[in-house]
Amino acid sequence: MIANYGYRDGSGEYYITIDTDRCIGCEGRWCVAACPQGLFAIEMDDYDDEVAMIVVPGRKLLKEKCSECKPAGERTFLPCTSACLPGALSHSW
Amino acid sequence: MTEQAREFWRWSETAYQTDDVDWRSAGSITVGIDVGSVSSQAVILAGGKLYSFYSTRTGSNSPDSAKKALSGAMDGTGMSTDDVSYVVGTGYGRVNVPFANRAITEIACHARGANFMAGPTVRTILDMGGQDCKVIRCDDKGKVQNFIMNDKCAAGTGRGMEVIADTLGVPIEDIGRRSFEIDSEPEPVSNVCTVFAKSEATALLKAGWSVNRVLAAYCAAMAERVSSLIDRIGIERDFFITGGIAKNAGVVRRIERITGVEALKLPEGSNLDPQVAGALGAALFAHALLKKEQKERAAAGADL
Amino acid sequence: MIVAGVDVGAKNVHVVVLRDGETAARVTVLSGFEQEESARKGLTDAAGAAEVSLGDIGYIVATGVGRKAVALAQHMVTEVAADARGAVALVPSVRTIIDVGADEARAIRVDAGGKVVDFAVNEKCAAGAGAFVEAMSRALEVSLQRFGEISLESTGSIPMNAQCTVFAESEVVSLIHSNTEEKDIAKAVHDAMAGRVSAMARRAGVEDTVVIGGGVANNAGFVKALKDTLGLAELKVLPDPDYLGAYGAALIAAQKGEAA
Repeated sequence: MIANYGYRDGSGEYYITIDTDRCIGCEGRWCVAACPQGLFAIEMDDYDDEVAMIVVPGRKLLKEKCSECKPAGERTFLPCTSACLPGALSHSW
Repeated sequence: MTEQAREFWRWSETAYQTDDVDWRSAGSITVGIDVGSVSSQAVILAGGKLYSFYSTRTGSNSPDSAKKALSGAMDGTGMSTDDVSYVVGTGYGRVNVPFANRAITEIACHARGANFMAGPTVRTILDMGGQDCKVIRCDDKGKVQNFIMNDKCAAGTGRGMEVIADTLGVPIEDIGRRSFEIDSEPEPVSNVCTVFAKSEATALLKAGWSVNRVLAAYCAAMAERVSSLIDRIGIERDFFITGGIAKNAGVVRRIERITGVEALKLPEGSNLDPQVAGALGAALFAHALLKKEQKERAAAGADL
Repeated sequence: MIVAGVDVGAKNVHVVVLRDGETAARVTVLSGFEQEESARKGLTDAAGAAEVSLGDIGYIVATGVGRKAVALAQHMVTEVAADARGAVALVPSVRTIIDVGADEARAIRVDAGGKVVDFAVNEKCAAGAGAFVEAMSRALEVSLQRFGEISLESTGSIPMNAQCTVFAESEVVSLIHSNTEEKDIAKAVHDAMAGRVSAMARRAGVEDTVVIGGGVANNAGFVKALKDTLGLAELKVLPDPDYLGAYGAALIAAQKGEAA
């Protein structure tokens, strides 16, 4: 499943996309440890697979929560996408 | 009731029951309850077949709303909660549904409900709820493959529509029809923010626009907003719309215009209501989960 | 030489008239539906306040969302350019400028020479602008002025869940019903908005000296919340913050007028 968490507001679109098929079988759970804001959790989805998701309170605050990892100027390294070995994560901004 | 006290934005309650199914001999009773931010629904399946549903306003607490929806669906049938084998709760208040055996997200439930309601050809579902809006892509079994959701902001949700109903004093069920009683389609108001859209609408009214024309500009903005959400994950036929705003042609027809895809209509004479898709999906999940449990129990019994 | 800067916002038109570089008049009128008319009225009133006639104004520069409506202007600049120019003139050591108006907010980073390096804008969303605080003070039935003041008295920290002005109104109403103190609600509102504005500021880059302009800079409760959220030792409120854009535009007008 492609899960898009986030929103669009007056300043832009802020989505984190998780390709949850790639989470299946991932034992590292690197995203959970990598995010300094604790945005990720591994939970059982509606079809009984253990997959990554964005925690509920974080879903409406991605711009704010991620701003520490996305300083002005060059934006090359993100702890979450770099840590995720299955390559399940991407950011829209 | 005085003019001031009237709530222009309330949808009426809906109920359905069939005499074609005898629940007592059906084998199993499974229930889906969708507690939304604005309305709550319960759907009862007897032996996996649709038996009854009820839709009501969500009150100040989720458990009571769930109970009210379920007792509405059971009203006059002689059925009691003791007859129910499996309950799935869904919606914004899903974790607070009493007597639920499991909670399942409204994303999965809407997909499954839409698949049952409109058929296995449905690939894209737009659900416009009271305080959120979701676009879901699913396979021919109604399993979710891709989804996106806006629940951060009122733009593109039922709440956004209520704001204009209140501001202009137009009953919500009249908005769709009236938004087409215009000479030509106006430019939409702000599609990003309900607060700004409302002040634009007020300004246009002051500038001499008719109420219908302002409604058209507002519905168009709503349609633009929702279409941009659809755009992010792409639209694939068949396309089906669920949730309260599915009843608002002013928004639906404008979405069809923007996306160039016509939404599937329920068959003529269908008793189903697009607003109960979530609860229906939950009830279908309940039926499947019950069967799975029974099978596992039988297998465990055979092992003994 | 007499010049003017006109800032046509969604809500107000601000006009600053400079005589030989010194402020001679400042005027605010409502933008209303006919922005061109409102801009003309603002300029006429400002000329009157400066005791000159409209024709005596040698050069006019327009800025703001409605800048195109200023028929009398010889030149137009963006809000970012006007804000940067005004802030640098007022506080030469400035590096980050935060401007929060009624309907939009922006953050601008400038280099040591006052040149714009980066900026971020929040427009078209009431939750990130003054309209948010206004709506919440209305829900609480407290004047905007008092809303800012009582917030400073609160030591509590209640999180607000709603990120949208429409949903936040309902949340404030339920906080009122659950007997939460007004001052704590006011602080929660300012903290929530400070979170959004600080995220925008970080996109542009936050570097000392940080200044704040725009109408919302008059709200002490919000300024405190933003200062705390950004972890700043000092957040300088510009003098007459509402006029930042108009003042910057007037400074640009003076330069253009001299060159002409």
